[in-house]
Amino acid sequence: MIELKNISKTFAGTQILHDINFTFETGKVNLIIGQSGSGKSVLTKCIVGLHEPDKGGSVLYDDRDFTAMKRRKRKAIRKEIGMLFQHSALFDSLTVEENVGFPLVMFTKMSEEEIADRVNFCLKRVELENKNNLFPSEISGGMQKRVAIARAIAMKPKYLFCDEPNSGLDPKTSIVIDNLIKDITYEYGMTTVVITHDMNSVIEIGDNIMFIFEGKKWWEGDNKSIIRTDNEEINNFVYASEFMKTLKDKLGG
Amino acid sequence: MMLYATFSKPDKLSVFWRRVATECVNIGISSLMIVMIISLFIGISVTTQVGELLSAPWIPDYTLGYTLRQMSILEFSPTIISLILAGKVGSNIAGEIGTMRVTEQIDALDIMGVNSQNYLILPKIIASMFTLPLLVIYSMVACIYGGYFICELTGLRSTEVYVDGIREYFYDEAFTVYWALLKPVIFGFIIASISAYYGYFTKGGALDVGKSGTKSVVTSSLLILAFDVIISSMMF
Ligand SMILES: Nc1ncnc2c1ncn2[C@@H]1O[C@H](COP(=O)(O)OP(=O)(O)OP(=O)(O)O)[C@@H](O)[C@H]1O
Ligand SMILES: [Mg+2]
Repeated sequence: MIELKNISKTFAGTQILHDINFTFETGKVNLIIGQSGSGKSVLTKCIVGLHEPDKGGSVLYDDRDFTAMKRRKRKAIRKEIGMLFQHSALFDSLTVEENVGFPLVMFTKMSEEEIADRVNFCLKRVELENKNNLFPSEISGGMQKRVAIARAIAMKPKYLFCDEPNSGLDPKTSIVIDNLIKDITYEYGMTTVVITHDMNSVIEIGDNIMFIFEGKKWWEGDNKSIIRTDNEEINNFVYASEFMKTLKDKLGG
Repeated sequence: MMLYATFSKPDKLSVFWRRVATECVNIGISSLMIVMIISLFIGISVTTQVGELLSAPWIPDYTLGYTLRQMSILEFSPTIISLILAGKVGSNIAGEIGTMRVTEQIDALDIMGVNSQNYLILPKIIASMFTLPLLVIYSMVACIYGGYFICELTGLRSTEVYVDGIREYFYDEAFTVYWALLKPVIFGFIIASISAYYGYFTKGGALDVGKSGTKSVVTSSLLILAFDVIISSMMF
């Protein structure tokens, strides 16, 4: 469980986030949704500590106040966090295998065989085998995402963050990646936070959803209630395309 | 602040030393060829031109070799080669780290709890401080050999006289070699830290990575020249 309390963020006088409170639940896929530029990435960076939230705000990882911690203590929590970046952020100079094994080499005392076992296990879990010795530039975008997921779960994290896991993927691959994230979350009982503006994902995997509009938390709920809400901004967002509007009309609202 | 994080204790020493070794190979091997070629040709052309100038009968014949040695040790090999490497190595480092910044690879390191400055920058600084002096030694040898080669080829001077000139006053002036090797250590630090700094703090996209590269080459070249003046004035 990750709790956000009064998170605001100001960059050089411009306030991007306004007093956000929310709880991401354990064993569920939690979504942050909203239009481009609404502050989703900034919020996520505040949660994981790549940005510091403004004074008065705090982030609690299972009741541990991350914001108040010093660098050294944060490091302990960071090891429980896996993150999947928007553009995968695999290390170009390392092979697939070395990428997945990287956190293990850096932070555990595991032997080479143990690391190799764990790496193969993770790669198998994301259904990517026989690619161990290729470099990130030699595999497709969808495969890169899988490798990034494998790397994110290598340390058996308690918290998993995914920034737009299916941007740049075709719809079919998107669904595969979404399902992978969902299955892994349930399997390992992780607290997963997914940032997305893909409506398919929202409907498919949204157990607990926060909608951000102009840096404010505008709405929260799950994937069943989001279809029925009469909140105007949400409807503008969800039914942005003509296709979705017709769909809504056909389904009778 | 940046210095503190960069020079703190590495997260894992075995990984750290492996990275230093890799960086040494990267910087050293990839630059060796260009350093050798440039030095050889500078040796050749300087010997040819200076050889003509110094052909007056009242100038001792060994002056040519002597001049070439002093030029190479005092200025050409340590400074000019470092300037060339500032272009090559500096833009390479800024490009690599800048790309890692804009593609969120540095964020990925930070999230994992890796001290990214220490992990990325320190091995490069150590490697370049260690490798540059070695390249400079190669450059000196190549430059002097260039002169020898052209003497043999054209008979500008006999090679014996040329070698005599190379050896002239060497014991009295051996200290110049130490200075010549101290310079690239300092220049190596300048090149790696400046370009890593510009790379690390790149904001934006691919275009900005290119800009960081340019800035780091310009800044480190200017700093090298400034330090060259300071060191040279301390030397005599
Ligand atoms: N480091 C920064 N300094 C100043 N302003 C920033 C910074 N990072 C983001 N912003 C601003 O914050 C706002 C929200 O950006 P953010 O990246 O969070 O949007 P987003 O919701 O993730 O959009 P997208 O879906 O396109 O990724 C934007 O107006 C952006 O210009
Ligand atoms: Mg974003």
